Amino acid sequence: MERRIEQELEGLKGLLLTMAGEVERQLALAVRAVVERDDAAASAVIAGDVGIDQREIEVDRRIIELIVRERPLARDLRLVITAGKIAPDLERVADHAVNIAEQALLLNRQPPLKPFVIMPRMARLASAMVRDAISAFVAGDAAAARRVVAQDDEVDAMHEEIFRELLTYMMEDARTIPRALALLLIARSLERVADQATNISEQVVYLVEGEDIRHQRPEGGRD
Amino acid sequence: MTTAPAALRTRSLLAGFGSTAVLQAIDLTIPERQITAFIGPSGCGKSTLLRCFNRMNDHLAGFFRNGEVLVHGRDAYDPSFPLEELRSQVGMVFQKPNPFPQSIARNVSFGPRMAGVRDPAVLAELVEASLRRAQLWDEVKDRLHASAFELSGGQQQRLCIARALASGPQILLLDEPASALDPIATAKLEETILELSREVTIVLVTHNLQQAARVAHRTAFLYLGKLIEEGETAAMFAAPRERLTEEYLTGRFG
Repeated sequence: MERRIEQELEGLKGLLLTMAGEVERQLALAVRAVVERDDAAASAVIAGDVGIDQREIEVDRRIIELIVRERPLARDLRLVITAGKIAPDLERVADHAVNIAEQALLLNRQPPLKPFVIMPRMARLASAMVRDAISAFVAGDAAAARRVVAQDDEVDAMHEEIFRELLTYMMEDARTIPRALALLLIARSLERVADQATNISEQVVYLVEGEDIRHQRPEGGRD
Repeated sequence: MTTAPAALRTRSLLAGFGSTAVLQAIDLTIPERQITAFIGPSGCGKSTLLRCFNRMNDHLAGFFRNGEVLVHGRDAYDPSFPLEELRSQVGMVFQKPNPFPQSIARNVSFGPRMAGVRDPAVLAELVEASLRRAQLWDEVKDRLHASAFELSGGQQQRLCIARALASGPQILLLDEPASALDPIATAKLEETILELSREVTIVLVTHNLQQAARVAHRTAFLYLGKLIEEGETAAMFAAPRERLTEEYLTGRFG
């Protein structure tokens, strides 16, 4: 029996997938603005944020409609609740992309401090985590979601490494401080992006298994 | 929640009619002064289970039973437990309102009169108290001697609850009590049930999942005569433990 609610839920998933794709592009563009010193890319990210905000509102509207019409229960209910929590996480990833783009605009007016080594890798990993978290949501794959959660420590380690390296620059030469701080803020944003992906993944585990795994991480976790 | 004392309990309860087992090995504990809903597709055995608690199945053709049914710890099927006493402890309200062709007051005082209460003052007091508990008093206090049939469906159903309450039961069994009522009468009935659950244990059979979600503290899901899952309603409706429950709640069958 084809359930009517099935179509609605597929539609909701599709909308989140679209939003995730848009957010991912924003993030990629922001990273390009930094690594390739591309002002146009940075401006595009800042201008594009309105569209993401609109998407978030669209997701909310869709969710309210679905609850009113279909009164979802059990897994359907968890899916709707999960979607409602994922959308703000995605929106925040886009906000981090904007933060990164803003720092890029500052950095691009000055000579490069140092060649990028860890940052592009960190950006790739954080971005992949978001993508994988959303794929896990769409596929209802708790194992994949748990793998994303496990990657968060790697991103945290990179963040730590970047922090230490930039600290040595700042200690050696105070004139590097503004640029080093801008880079630090970028690294911080990327670290937060990975945190958002972790949030999403925890929600996916709840969706699939009905178990809440938030706030279970040993010391060193966020929150 | 489960630490509340048990009002009703079954142990390895097996029951059926003729050569068909309707219930298989039901182990269920129903805590005091809470609303427990029985849900499940038609024919799953939820009404048969409900009727085991006040032995309403006994007179049905070919009924058989094995295993225990405990009412406040006492074996409901113990021959030394008089049926009248059991039924005064475990009241019942049915799907369709079934007032007697008598006045509102006489409907309510029926049980106590049967039990031998004669004092008009005592009966009048019981009538008022029971109607108040069923949240019907204000609507009927000026026409207690009018025919019960003058009442609307929802009022008749609350009258049936008042009639059951007049015998002083600690447990009330409700078999789809709102299935014949419109949404407003249903809401009023649910409000009454919720209020009553402060003092009385209520077991509610319902086909309406939203109704179970609205009023039941705990829910038991039955399927093909088996108790599949029982637990706190909100937890079960959000994240059932069993796959079958999941499928039923999401409308994949039933």
